[in-house]
Parts: sequence; C-alpha cells; structure tokens
Amino acid sequence: MSPIRKPDRRGFLTGGLSLGALSLLTGCDLTDNEPAQRLLWNMSCWNDRVQGWLFNPNRLAPTYPESAVDRVFRYNAFYPEEQAPQLDPTTYRLELSGSIGDKRSWTVDNLYQLPRTSQITRHVCVEGWSRIGKWGGCPLRIFLEHVEADLTKNYVGFICADGDYTSIDMPTALHPQTIMAFTFADQILPRKFGYPMKIRIPTKLGFKNPKFVVALSVTNDYPGGFWEDYGYNWFSGS
Amino acid sequence: MMDHGVTRQAQPIVLHPLIIRITHWLNALAIFIMIGSGWRIYNWEPLFGFEFPAWMTFGGWPEVSQHWHNEEGLAGALQWHFASMWLLFVNFLVYLVYGLTSGHFRRTMLPIQPQEILRDLRAALGGQLAHRVGERNAVQSALYIGVITVIVLTALSGLSIWKPVQFQELTAVFGGYDAARYVHFFCMAAIVLFLAVHLALTALVPKVLPPMITGRAPRRR
Repeated sequence: MSPIRKPDRRGFLTGGLSLGALSLLTGCDLTDNEPAQRLLWNMSCWNDRVQGWLFNPNRLAPTYPESAVDRVFRYNAFYPEEQAPQLDPTTYRLELSGSIGDKRSWTVDNLYQLPRTSQITRHVCVEGWSRIGKWGGCPLRIFLEHVEADLTKNYVGFICADGDYTSIDMPTALHPQTIMAFTFADQILPRKFGYPMKIRIPTKLGFKNPKFVVALSVTNDYPGGFWEDYGYNWFSGS
Repeated sequence: MMDHGVTRQAQPIVLHPLIIRITHWLNALAIFIMIGSGWRIYNWEPLFGFEFPAWMTFGGWPEVSQHWHNEEGLAGALQWHFASMWLLFVNFLVYLVYGLTSGHFRRTMLPIQPQEILRDLRAALGGQLAHRVGERNAVQSALYIGVITVIVLTALSGLSIWKPVQFQELTAVFGGYDAARYVHFFCMAAIVLFLAVHLALTALVPKVLPPMITGRAPRRR
C-alpha cells in the first residue's frame, strides 16, 4: 500500500510552518480559519489515501503518436521564463541522500550514460489545461536500483534549483513511465523545462513533475512539497 | 402518491420522509459548494470567453487564500471541491439506494409518458397547471429524472477529469481528457438551469417549501 502522509506532519497547521506562510500569517486568520482549514487538510489527506488505493502500479498512462504532440508546449512556473535557473553542466551535480547505498553525486555526463526510454504522454496541469509532449530519459526505477536505494521506503523527495521541492510515493517512483527526463521533443531538455533533468510522471499532475532537480532522497519522513505545503493535494495522481 | 398515508382526519399528511428531507438539504449544500468551487477552478483555465465573477465563486477570500495557499484561491477551491465531492457521493448514494429500494422513485416519478409531459408542459406554460401539494405532474417527474441523470453524468465526467490514467476507459467514453472538461461544464450548466426552474417554481408556489423542512403538509380536501 502506498504511504499515507500524516496530518501532523503536514504543512504549517501543526508543525513545520513554511517560511512564506509564517511571514504572511496573522493570529487572527489562524484562529478564524483553523477548523475549516483543518477539515480541508484532513479531507485532502483522505484523498491521498484513496488515490494510493486507486493507483495501479501496472496501469500505463495513455500514449500518443508523434502526430499528436503539441508543437508549442506551454511554459508554466511561479516565475517568468527568463528567470528560470541556468544550470552549468560543468558544475551541476545531482546529490543523493537518505536510504541509498551509493550516495555519490552524479554529473550530467554520468546521467547521460543511463539507459534511455521515451514516451509521448499527456501532461495535465492542476489548473485544468493539458498538453501532449515527448520526453526521453531513464526510468527512475532503474536509477534507484542502480544506486541501491531502499525501495521499501515510503517516499522519494526532490529538491530543485528553482526553489521548488516535492515528493512522491514509492509505488509511483517505481512505475515504468516515471522517468528522469533528459530530453524534450528529441532535443536536450531546454532550460525553460528544467535542464538538465526533470522527473516526468505521467500518472501525476504537472506540478508533481519537478524540474531542475539537484537533489534526490529516499526516506520514510514525509518530505512535503512547495505547493503541497500550501494546500495542494499531495498525491495528485491522474 | 404519498410515502406514508396517515388515516386520522385531523393529522397532517407526511409528504417527505425524513431521509428524503435530510438527503435533499445535504445535496443542496454539496451542490452549492461543488458549483461555487467549480466556477473558480474553471476561471483558472476558462473553456469559453468568459469567467465567473470572483464573488460568485467559492473557496476562500483572495486575501485569506494568499495567507494559506500563496495564491488567489485555486488551492482553496480545489480543496472544497474534492472534499464536498465525498458529501455529494455518499449522500447521493444513500438517496439512490433509498429511492430504488423503497419504491420512492417508482411512486413519485413513474410511470411517465411523453404525451403526459407535453400536455402538462403546455398547461404549465399557459398557467393552467394547478399545483397540488404531494402530487407531481409529468413535467416535474421528467425534470427530476433528468437532473438525477445529469448529476450522475457530472460525477462520471468529473471522475474522468480527476483520474484520466486510472479511469482512462471512462475518460475515453467522454471523448478524452479535454472533451470530458466540456462535458463536465455542460452538466454543471444543466444543473444550474434545473436549479433556476426549481427555485422559481418554489417562489411561485411557496407552500411547497415547509413540507421539505417539516415533512408535513395540511391534509388535502
């Protein structure tokens, strides 16, 4: 069964106040809204649980022919395109932590040596729009096995160079279509879409597909996520 | 016509059993939250060239939402939408199971003939259709059967938007992810139209409202 996020570990209600929320919160809002907010958080946790049950590890996201690919793919982030991080391939490192046997960091060249697969799948945004794109890279499962990660742990967490961070359940991390993407539309992953590496997960909403990934951890401690800590549903499966 | 006949002359008749009243008002609450939060979710990626005015949408005031969610209210609307869907689902299921097993649907909505609907519709539009508390005319029956069907379709199209991978066959039935959003929208629109008629008729014939709260109506002569 997939891991269940514990409400008391979640967000800023009872612990781990995120800095942004802390600076904006006033005591009045907290007391005025706490019961309703708590109810909504609990319902969101319940929805995580239900989605964990609904998730079928063998169920593949629909794939499409090349002709279905959207030629102009939509850019979407919480900052304008020109502010996207520009990572230097000579200094970039993917850092590993948590329950991983071989924690040596990875250069871009090392990552590019990994076996590759590609997929044409639908990226569905939490806002409602969707686009079909083509991504190529290494199945995350192969990478996790390669670095001797403990696959019995609950979560895989990601930290991104753009200030984003997120985490997914282990069953999704091991899903055959969950890949470390190095290419988009058969080209090197462009800066705006997360050069050098994003995690492409067609079984989750777009915001659960982190870009500019610079750190990966395997853990049982719920790592949360940037938008998730602000109240977006954690599992957000498709 | 009535769910329970009461024989003694002095007592009012029980028009709506308790379970129907409870599920009716819980359904009203759930639908209100679903539509209000759905309108705000729509506004984030409108299907058509219009948006719903922010004040008509549901999911927390923008300033409050900035505090909780670091944005103007999508997260709040999503939280309410995906919380109240459970209220709608459980409540509607209770209503359907009761309606089907108790004979409530059969008694109140069936049989229904197309000619009857046309006849009653013509009479209603001409202002000739008398309302008798506790009795439904054919137009009402058709409307209730219609809205129940539409609510089921709304839930199914909603599921296919929520889970286009896990329920991909269902999503395909609605023509794919993007098409399912349109189906979901038009189902919502149909429910809103029903509500407009439902509320207008209640305003025209206000005596139908108390029985939906107390369950009782004065005995007809």
